Amino acid sequence: MEILIAAGAAAAVCGILALLLGLFLGFSGNAFKVEVDEREEAICGVLPGNNCGGCGYAGCSGLAAAIVKGEAPVNQCPVGGAPVAAQIGEIMGVKPEAGVKKVAFVKCAGTCDKTKNDYEYTGIEDCAAMAFVPNGGPKSCNYGCMGYGSCVKACPFDAIHIVNGVAVVDKEACKACGKCIAVCPKNLIELVPYDAKHIVQCNSKDKGVSVTKACETGCIACGICVKNCPSDAVHVENNIAYIDQEKCTGCGICAEKCPKKIIL
Amino acid sequence: METLSTLIGIAITYAIVNNVVLSQFLGICPFLGVSKKTETAAGMGGAVIFVITIASFITGVIYKYILANEALLNMGIDLTYLKTIVFILVIAALVQFVEMFLKKSIPALYKSLGVYLPLITTNCAVLGVALNAITYEYNLLETVVYGLATAVGFFIAIVLMAGIREKIEYNDIPKPFQGTAIVLVTAALMSIAFMGFSGM
Repeated sequence: MEILIAAGAAAAVCGILALLLGLFLGFSGNAFKVEVDEREEAICGVLPGNNCGGCGYAGCSGLAAAIVKGEAPVNQCPVGGAPVAAQIGEIMGVKPEAGVKKVAFVKCAGTCDKTKNDYEYTGIEDCAAMAFVPNGGPKSCNYGCMGYGSCVKACPFDAIHIVNGVAVVDKEACKACGKCIAVCPKNLIELVPYDAKHIVQCNSKDKGVSVTKACETGCIACGICVKNCPSDAVHVENNIAYIDQEKCTGCGICAEKCPKKIIL
Repeated sequence: METLSTLIGIAITYAIVNNVVLSQFLGICPFLGVSKKTETAAGMGGAVIFVITIASFITGVIYKYILANEALLNMGIDLTYLKTIVFILVIAALVQFVEMFLKKSIPALYKSLGVYLPLITTNCAVLGVALNAITYEYNLLETVVYGLATAVGFFIAIVLMAGIREKIEYNDIPKPFQGTAIVLVTAALMSIAFMGFSGM
């Protein structure tokens, strides 16, 4: 009998206490409920999940939160492109605008056979290290691609490679995340429309004479392209020609007339 | 006056001299796990202060008025053996509450504490305080001060540790000592340093 009483008392104490604590937790669970938007999780599932940061937000979940809040358009993810934008648009109930597919482009054509080296360099194979090297690297041209492949290491999609001393972007593999643009110390890489026909393959802001000395194929800012362009799309600024892709009709006259054949 | 000096004595003893982590070796898990960054460590310390203080109060009340109830004892029913299971129940509920609260109000801290937040439940420092207070036969006020002091001691230890670990990051540590090894060596040195207080 005594055992029964003792057991009953123990069970009652534990039971009542557990019940009270359970009620307390239940009520506070209601009071501290965190509203998680279901759409945010759904969008997170659709996004590629590389967390490359190409969209400008901190990873894919950051972009998902921004899209749900309406701060970012549904086609903000440069990696997923149109298919992902369509799926996100479905989740959000909006039609994605047709975004222009962009790819990175290296504005340098100064391959090993076309440029000279001022001296021979042996050391770390890293573009940023060139800041500590005389003349910003051994290449005669101070603006061109040094070919040490910092962009290659930065690319999460294996879309950029050093070919003959110059970085070249694989247009099909490039997702326009912008990692290479951020890492290039010479600011050589730019996002251009995927279907851009004509781009100036040079970044040298030197005067024509020094460009010619350093590289066979640099832009000398002669302005022939500007004069011949029928749609006012080419301009020379800071001794370098620049093509406005929105105005360019793709006629190809500039490429034809360029004496240095530097316009692609 | 005497009670006040007793309370101050308890506070200093358990915050510094008999530091919960460094001389009683309780609560080592979060001490080693969440001491990588000072902010996170301070957050963990804050959460532990909250849980231990409240838990020591509630467990004190439950022990005094339910488990060791005079009337029950006179009837021949001794429930004091239930203290471990009942205390854990209270602590688990409190930790759950802290978790909800942090998730709602400080999501960043919630994320950085990660799995160590629910692990406060199994932080032996919390249960240790509740059980030790009974062993030491403290009254309710003393129990709460004891809990608070212990938790502050834990806070001091974990924040100091995090500060040291942030500095260690920049040091050239021999390979066999990297990671947990150097942290344990550091903890041992801190422990020796805190032992020095007991001679005062």
